[in-house]
Amino acid sequence: MQKMPKWADAVLIPLFSILLAFFFSGLVIWGIGKNPFEAIKVMVDGAFGSTNGLGYTLYYTTNFIFTGLSFAVASHTRLFNIGGEGQAMLGGLGVALVCLAVQWPHWTLALPAAMAMGALFGAAWAFIPAYLQAKRGSHIVITTIMFNFIAAALLGYLLTKVLKVPGAMAAETAKFPVGAHLPTFHEMLAPFGIDFNKNAPANVSFLVALFAAFVFWILMWKTRLGYQIRAFGNSETAAKYAGINPSRIVIIAMLISGGLAGLMAINNVMGEAERLIDNAVEGAGFIGIAVALMGRNHPVGIVLAALLFGFLYQGGAELSFWESIPRELVVVIQALVIMFTGALDNMVRIPLEKMFLFFSRKKEV
Amino acid sequence: MDYATILQILDSTVRLATPLLLTCLAGLFSERAGVVDIGLEGKLLAAAFMSGAAAAVTGSIWLGLLAGIAASMAFSMLHGLASITFKGDQLISGVALNFLAAGLTVVIGQSWFQLGGRTPPLTGNGRFEAWNLPFAEKLADVPFIGPLYYELISGHTALTYIAIACVPLSWWVLYRTRFGLRLRAVGENPSAVDTAGVSVVRMRYASLIIAGVLCGMAGTYLASLAAGFVKDMSAGRGYIALAALIFAKWRPWYALSATLLFGFLEAIGNRYQSISLGDFVIPVQFMQALPYILTVIILAGFVGKAIPPRAGGQPYVKER
Repeated sequence: MQKMPKWADAVLIPLFSILLAFFFSGLVIWGIGKNPFEAIKVMVDGAFGSTNGLGYTLYYTTNFIFTGLSFAVASHTRLFNIGGEGQAMLGGLGVALVCLAVQWPHWTLALPAAMAMGALFGAAWAFIPAYLQAKRGSHIVITTIMFNFIAAALLGYLLTKVLKVPGAMAAETAKFPVGAHLPTFHEMLAPFGIDFNKNAPANVSFLVALFAAFVFWILMWKTRLGYQIRAFGNSETAAKYAGINPSRIVIIAMLISGGLAGLMAINNVMGEAERLIDNAVEGAGFIGIAVALMGRNHPVGIVLAALLFGFLYQGGAELSFWESIPRELVVVIQALVIMFTGALDNMVRIPLEKMFLFFSRKKEV
Repeated sequence: MDYATILQILDSTVRLATPLLLTCLAGLFSERAGVVDIGLEGKLLAAAFMSGAAAAVTGSIWLGLLAGIAASMAFSMLHGLASITFKGDQLISGVALNFLAAGLTVVIGQSWFQLGGRTPPLTGNGRFEAWNLPFAEKLADVPFIGPLYYELISGHTALTYIAIACVPLSWWVLYRTRFGLRLRAVGENPSAVDTAGVSVVRMRYASLIIAGVLCGMAGTYLASLAAGFVKDMSAGRGYIALAALIFAKWRPWYALSATLLFGFLEAIGNRYQSISLGDFVIPVQFMQALPYILTVIILAGFVGKAIPPRAGGQPYVKER
């Protein structure tokens, strides 16, 4: 029996969860002696009040769309890929290698190559945990956590010993050639007479991310593979009886997941830094978890949730600047969103279901 | 490498293994009861912060220990609320707790002390003192055994000895008491325990309380060792403890050896920036990554299979 209409499940529950998360975040702000409403105002102004702020918001959003989609693919298979962070790091390595290897004449050539390498490296980093899960039954959560740390150590080594520019102080690669420069929103919108701030890092990757979300929708709901992935996630035994090979699905889903996380590198490495720096991912891999949970693993939800987190990140930076509230406040909000939309789902769901049951019974009477 | 150097490395091995051991045992209790605990890292960090803050304000690390345990316990209970009471996803709850600790410690720390998320430095009674065991100084001159006793066995803080004592204690509780039998059974086959008239919910909460106390001690140890709280000071130790737990195949005595091994790797990595074997140089990053690589190998089942408790990660739903 349907306890609750579908729209309530898709919209009402996330909405209540978010409100709870924000309510507790407000309590934290109030608890450290600041005004929560003032804080919201500073954040909104900082994230949307200028094209500079907006450019940063959309830059973060781009990262989070990729990592959110990455986590969602694995989630549809009932796999908890906590390794988006490491996969995005490796994606950065792939993008950096391909950008430095060739004197790119134009970004339209460099971007597809970078996308391919970023996705390939990210997928390769996801492959080992996927293989171990599929063939040897090693729990993917633990292996992907381990692979995050191994990735950090590997990149630390490569950046200090191998890829560093000789004689330079910073542990980073050389700057990418001019031909690998991705057009920023400033450059893209200038021909249309729109003046977008020159310093904002939002770039053409944002459109790639939106396109990736669309492809994700096609893949998941319009193809045979997507059907198999969702069937496997809903019931492993049923999928097996339907002739779906479990190891194949686990490995393919994780490769797509790792590839999407790796794709993020075209934004943060190629689009913004234009060189590979240490800790380039900055936790975006983990934010993907919150984004996918909030977006209910659906591309539309993920894009909206990524925008929300983009706003929180940019707004949080402004908050630390103007209100001297540490940036880590955003981490607290992120934690509360994960807690309420993910783990405490039933706390919101059960009362709502009861309410709907109560009203539907009343109608019958 | 001379004898004194070896002793120094082993001494720092014990120092570094202590918080790992306590955290690992915390994970052991909760996972043996069927509650997967990714949130160890967060509890460790929360405990380190609260103990550091309380010790800085009161000047007593023992009061700090109480505060640390209280913080860790609060996180444990939140984990219980989400994963036991509301039958939520234990992994997601754990991840949330880790972020909550990472964020709250800095936000609150900045608001209380205005030191960029640090606590004021701990001095005097604000830190644990080293305990010199009887005759340590008198025996120090005895060849071979004297330095071993003086450097390695004596001269640690109370929590190190408590941590080591916790190993046989945990073994005894888990394998020789009725409580332990029930706890292990809840992790393997909760419905059987339920049928026998024992509350699964209560057993799982009990395991999380034990885990909270142990993590609280581990966090306090970190704050005392570093003479204060620093942002992100747990530095992945919760995850290493989780790795050690798998390495130990969820058994107390193996937990001791696994955490000593990981502590040893860290001690070597701290002492030598790079190790050269002839022409080949092992970079320091490899030493840092080694515990994780070893865990993946163990998980892959190439060297002995680590089988987790069967009901781990699943919320228990009573049949109606």
